[in-house]
Amino acid sequence: MPDYLIEMNGISKSFPGVKALDGVNLKLRPGAVHALMGENGAGKSTLMKCLFGIYSMDEGEILLNGQHTRILNPFDALKKGIAMVHQELQPIPERSIAENMFCGRYPYKNFGIKVVDHARMYQETAAALERIGLNFDPRRKLGELSVSQMQLIEIGKAISVGAKVIIMDEPTSSLTQAEVETLFSIINILRNEGCAIVYISHKMDEILRISDEVTIMRDGKYIGTWPAAELTTDKIITHMVGRQMTNLYPERDNKPGEVVLTVADYTSIHPKSFRNAGFTLRKGEILGICGLVGAQRTELMEGIFGLRASVSGTVNYQGKKIKIRRPKDAIDNGIALLTEERRATGIFGVLSISDNVAIASLSKYLKYLIMLDGKKINALVHDNIKKLNIKTPSEKTQIQSLSGGNQQKVIISRWLANDPDILIMDEPTRGIDVGAKYEIYTIIADLAKRGKSIIMISSEMQEIIGMADRVMVMCDGIITGFVENDDMTQEKIMELATRFEN
Amino acid sequence: MNSKKLKTIFLNNAIVIMLILVSIVVGIIRPGFFSDANARNLIVNTAVRFIIALGVSGCLITKGTDLSAGRAVGLAACLGATFLQRADYTGRVYADMPEFSLILVLLGVILITTCFGMFNGLIISYLKVPPFITTLGTQTIIYGICLVFTGAQPIGGLRKDYTTLSTGAVGGIQWIPYLGVIALVLGIIMFFVYGHTRHGKNMYAIGGNENAAEVSGVNTTKTKILIYATAGALYGFAGFLLGAKAGGASVNIGFGYELEAIAGCTIGGVSTNGGVGRISGILVGVLVFELLKIAMQFVGVEPSYTYIVQGIVIIVAVALDIRKYVAKK
Repeated sequence: MPDYLIEMNGISKSFPGVKALDGVNLKLRPGAVHALMGENGAGKSTLMKCLFGIYSMDEGEILLNGQHTRILNPFDALKKGIAMVHQELQPIPERSIAENMFCGRYPYKNFGIKVVDHARMYQETAAALERIGLNFDPRRKLGELSVSQMQLIEIGKAISVGAKVIIMDEPTSSLTQAEVETLFSIINILRNEGCAIVYISHKMDEILRISDEVTIMRDGKYIGTWPAAELTTDKIITHMVGRQMTNLYPERDNKPGEVVLTVADYTSIHPKSFRNAGFTLRKGEILGICGLVGAQRTELMEGIFGLRASVSGTVNYQGKKIKIRRPKDAIDNGIALLTEERRATGIFGVLSISDNVAIASLSKYLKYLIMLDGKKINALVHDNIKKLNIKTPSEKTQIQSLSGGNQQKVIISRWLANDPDILIMDEPTRGIDVGAKYEIYTIIADLAKRGKSIIMISSEMQEIIGMADRVMVMCDGIITGFVENDDMTQEKIMELATRFEN
Repeated sequence: MNSKKLKTIFLNNAIVIMLILVSIVVGIIRPGFFSDANARNLIVNTAVRFIIALGVSGCLITKGTDLSAGRAVGLAACLGATFLQRADYTGRVYADMPEFSLILVLLGVILITTCFGMFNGLIISYLKVPPFITTLGTQTIIYGICLVFTGAQPIGGLRKDYTTLSTGAVGGIQWIPYLGVIALVLGIIMFFVYGHTRHGKNMYAIGGNENAAEVSGVNTTKTKILIYATAGALYGFAGFLLGAKAGGASVNIGFGYELEAIAGCTIGGVSTNGGVGRISGILVGVLVFELLKIAMQFVGVEPSYTYIVQGIVIIVAVALDIRKYVAKK
């Protein structure tokens, strides 16, 4: 038996204008978890798409069990025992769990015509789920499950095809701590059964805990492979960014000023969402919001921004009571929201960077009353591309072809152009690489220094502690407390975040 | 590499290249093809359909559609014809009707079709009925109204000043017909609206990602109502001109024009996935269609066969065009 289940040697892949992969190697041992790391845009996903047959590579070879092989398409990959759990799920919410798991390969009975064998499908689904410790009715509609549960189902699907190589692309991005533990126990089961697992994540602690080996990539190039035991967070970051990162967070020296926003008694129309929320925000302050998944942080902020309906509550802004019925009202009052789901509610994929930046502030760039001033808009966009260090061939490039970090910077530019006084940022660094994260932190700190008030939701507690002046903690729709100064510790925040009512 | 580049250039401009080739071939075998009269014929035919396509394009760019276009055009033609009959015409619908001014009737017709468009927009925005269904409903409603209004009788005997809109030409030069000039002006206005106004940017944003547009403060409701209302206005204008061009009107006028307009738009690169589409593309799309029809007439293809060819062209053209947008793997 060869040492490696999969060997990828000297893989190169070019897209028009970019060399996405340049001679990358990846060797997967059976019964081992192999972490693949690198900044966004480093080529991790591209490499995995080559392995899974979504992309065809330009150069290089893939060995499966020591034999040369060519993977033609995802279907072929599955036949060869390679499965992929995608970062962005593609569920069919209106169909059952079983149908989602067996989509494209329904078992059938042959009565002269082929008829789907539902009994077998349900039974096999239940069996596959049971193997990884999940207990769902296979007949349930997938849409009734939470996103994290769907993610686990997706892993169940990979197992049910009998895959020996399982690629997990940021599997924990939407999981709670308890669910991460479930996932890790599933991974351990798979490891003991001799599967090779590719684990892509930005979370260092997870990587160091779960993986056996780590391969690091940078700018489409192979940097190296190390046993996980030899690595530390600092070493990984150094390899990923190719330089020493001394400070994870920028220095902050401004003190918050007077109160600019007072929210009182805010309650959602949905009984299980946010209730009786009240808090204040000061000029130049960074207010962090922590909570577990399901704490309704996003819902509360979207409620204040006018995206979700509320039954009660008042918003006082600079001493005046304001009524926000829709996002436009909030924007007109100088409040902006950087949403959590970049793809769903942030970017205009097919539109240019220029259009993406200008959309929220078009009324500022008018001439002759109705005509848009193209020159001014261009100057604005160029200014932002330079200031925020957005990596793009031109301002006419479609935003969907940029990396996640650069897309995020474009959307931040959109709000900077609008010059709001209050900027609500929901998971501003989710799915963004270390280098770009620091740049975004710098932008946030700079805004606070200029007297803007920031509300920052994040699931990465260290990031909140590193950036915020004060932290508001939510649990199950209720604000359970505020911490500042020396109280801003992971332990104290966790304690508040798990303070359930019953 | 160079031949690959050439191939890409060829495929990306396949429609325009096809247009030119067809013209040259037909021009050689039928010399009459390159005549002033034929140029005029082409421009006049294209003009009306281009105006309708302009209307539909906004709906398509925002991931909607408008199936009521053809019937709205028909109603507009019937209204225009009814109120612009000659005083001495024996079959007058309203025998004692005074002679209205041309502009007044035009504005009245546009007002009515704009109301229907706005109705579409309101239903789509507030009741969230999918555009396909909403406009399928209004299509039927408008046809019914047109039947009631005309009593299914054809309307003829149009005033000279009305029909001159179609027969006349700037300075008497045949290939600069009034119709062509009107369509061109409307095209320029829409080009300006799409590319250089907030409304246009908001429209592309809604087509690109409606949720993101809402978050960015775009009033998606207002924008969509405005898009469908504008579409209605353009159908009114087009229908009014079509009445003049046909020299009369009946309930069947404009039938199926919405499908031709949608075909013209998509051939011209308006993506039904939303967010993509240009006025210049729409013009090319409509032109291709009309040129093809005329070319087949010239070569002597039997009319029944032309439909088969038209259908094939729609599919081939869009299949070629869509390559540009489908993510390359």
